[in-house]
Amino acid sequence: MQSSGSSAAMGEDAVPVSDQPMPDKNGHFGPYGGRFVAETLMGPLQELQAAYEKYMRDEEFLAELDQELQHYVGRPSPLYYARRWSERVGGARIYLKREDLNHTGAHKVNNTIGQALLARRMGKTRIIAETGAGQHGVASATVAARLGLECVVYMGAEDIQRQAPNVFRMKLLGATVVPVESGSRTLKDALNEAMRDWVANVDNTFYIIGTVAGPHPYPAMVRDFQAIIGREARTQCLQQTGRLPDALVACVGGGSNAIGLFHPFLSDTAVSMYGVEAGGEGIQSGHHAAPLNAGRPGVLHGNRTYLMEDDNGQIIETHSVSAGLDYPGVGPEHAWLKDSGRARYVTVNDDEALAAFHDLTRTEGILPALESSHALAYADKLAREMSSDRIILINLSGRGDKDINTVATIEGINL
Amino acid sequence: MSRIAALFDGLKADHRVALVPFITAGDPDPEATVPIMHALVEGGADMIELGVPFSDPMADGPVIQRASERALKHGVSLSQVLNMVERFRQDDTATPVILMGYLNPVEIMGYQKFIDRATTVGVDGCLIVDLPPEEDTDVLPLFRARGIDQIFLISPTTTDTRLDMISSAGSGFLYYVSLKGVTGSSRLNVDEVRQKLEHIRTRTDLPVGVGFGIKDAETAAAMAAISDAVVIGSSLVEYLSQRAGEADKLPAHAREFLVTMRQAMDAVRTESKL
Repeated sequence: MQSSGSSAAMGEDAVPVSDQPMPDKNGHFGPYGGRFVAETLMGPLQELQAAYEKYMRDEEFLAELDQELQHYVGRPSPLYYARRWSERVGGARIYLKREDLNHTGAHKVNNTIGQALLARRMGKTRIIAETGAGQHGVASATVAARLGLECVVYMGAEDIQRQAPNVFRMKLLGATVVPVESGSRTLKDALNEAMRDWVANVDNTFYIIGTVAGPHPYPAMVRDFQAIIGREARTQCLQQTGRLPDALVACVGGGSNAIGLFHPFLSDTAVSMYGVEAGGEGIQSGHHAAPLNAGRPGVLHGNRTYLMEDDNGQIIETHSVSAGLDYPGVGPEHAWLKDSGRARYVTVNDDEALAAFHDLTRTEGILPALESSHALAYADKLAREMSSDRIILINLSGRGDKDINTVATIEGINL
Repeated sequence: MSRIAALFDGLKADHRVALVPFITAGDPDPEATVPIMHALVEGGADMIELGVPFSDPMADGPVIQRASERALKHGVSLSQVLNMVERFRQDDTATPVILMGYLNPVEIMGYQKFIDRATTVGVDGCLIVDLPPEEDTDVLPLFRARGIDQIFLISPTTTDTRLDMISSAGSGFLYYVSLKGVTGSSRLNVDEVRQKLEHIRTRTDLPVGVGFGIKDAETAAAMAAISDAVVIGSSLVEYLSQRAGEADKLPAHAREFLVTMRQAMDAVRTESKL
């Protein structure tokens, strides 16, 4: 299903998104996506899909969403020409889509506010969410507080240790944070546990998935809520430069910020798209989170996509300096865009991302999230090969304040 | 006729209900799995459901999750599970064996390779939890060609439209999930299950088994009074894991556990006949 407009926030001259019918009615993006779940989840997913299709055509709902995006989230987010950084890199002009300036400091809230409003329309009084680094958990707890909904966040016990400030933030917002002790005790296990909760409590509960993965309709629904990023960026780029960018660059964990940026540009065939996966300690090391570059197709969390898995089909652990990219799968639409060649997927290692983190902070006074720093590091390489009349547009998906402890630890600094 | 269909025909003639124990292959000890399977048959099992360990068992509760994790620590793969069935078949060619697991290990092995090997070793049915009929169109004909039953779940939220689709895709029996939740949950409502089963029977000719949430002999007996098969999983897995230290006694424990269930189920069935 296509995104629906929310005119004030998206700009007057927004264009329709791609005319490709993706996904099909069963949620397939070519061979990827779909709805690979136990029968116990079929009823809840059908109910969700019906509500989503209804309300995404409902003027009153869209107006409500638009109000929240403007006045609560703070949209539209600026498109910022990073002049000093562009000059320092040398080559193309680099523009940053400032999703870091949204309420809660990342793109995640575009989706959580949309799904929480949908939950309220469906009469659900309780929302649940999974979280890895805690950003989606915070964004879910935030909108739950805003709408007066009960909120339970599942988080791997391992991640709870690593992300104490976000755990406390969620608790301040009134959410219950449940430690997940199963499996590798990280994001993928938190997602499993949230699904189990949903099956048992579907009568009053709405499950807010944080990325463009999971069973249909989640990949399409989360994309549609995030596509406001690309719609705004497209309009803003035309307004500021009189033309479309030559390349889009975004980091890819599950891939919601990247799809949000890419999707409204899919029919603009002259615009190249680069999704940047976490190369961790290098693809050769095996310690990375780059399923599109080094994984193979399989089925996990309700959809078929590229996965990090062993020869027996068991899901393996991932590594990245950025917790938000530490996921063994990727949204099925990215799998499709990769195979079709419309987008290219590359990797950036931990050390390159850290260098870009420092570089942008020093030259522009903008502290980027370590996730977004992967996109910056790749854009740095790309810009050098392009002339100064070319434009690169990066999705700066989140702010880096949450990462200062990680960076300090790596650099041996005791805060 | 498949071994599963023959089993249900025979049970019907005897007014008995199938007792189907579930164990996770390789838990608590890969060497114990085949002896436990034989012991379960001695204890009264009519069919064995063998769980294939997976790293992300989304539809399972904590007991079977942990069993899966323990089995994976022993390095148990899908191909080893098939070898276990092969060893079981050396001494038992009568008892149907079904595999229950998730799609990804099958997908990585390759469907045709999996089905060929499953046929050779004597697997009778497969319940692939996260493969609903809608996504199954390429795979179902492969199972049918080899006479392996595909067993599907029916849940309390399954609509009649889906029930009809599942009933025509599935064979062997239908597996009714007796509650909204994961395996091993504890909120079984016998009256609700009875009503639902009565409704399901108006739309299918397949036998209907019940599982998820059958904790003890009492609930097993209650389910035996209203269904064609009773699946006992988490409580058996938990019982065996608590006795994992006595590796050589595991088969004896499994047999004892099952005898209690068998007696309770047969008693209630005899009463209802009288």
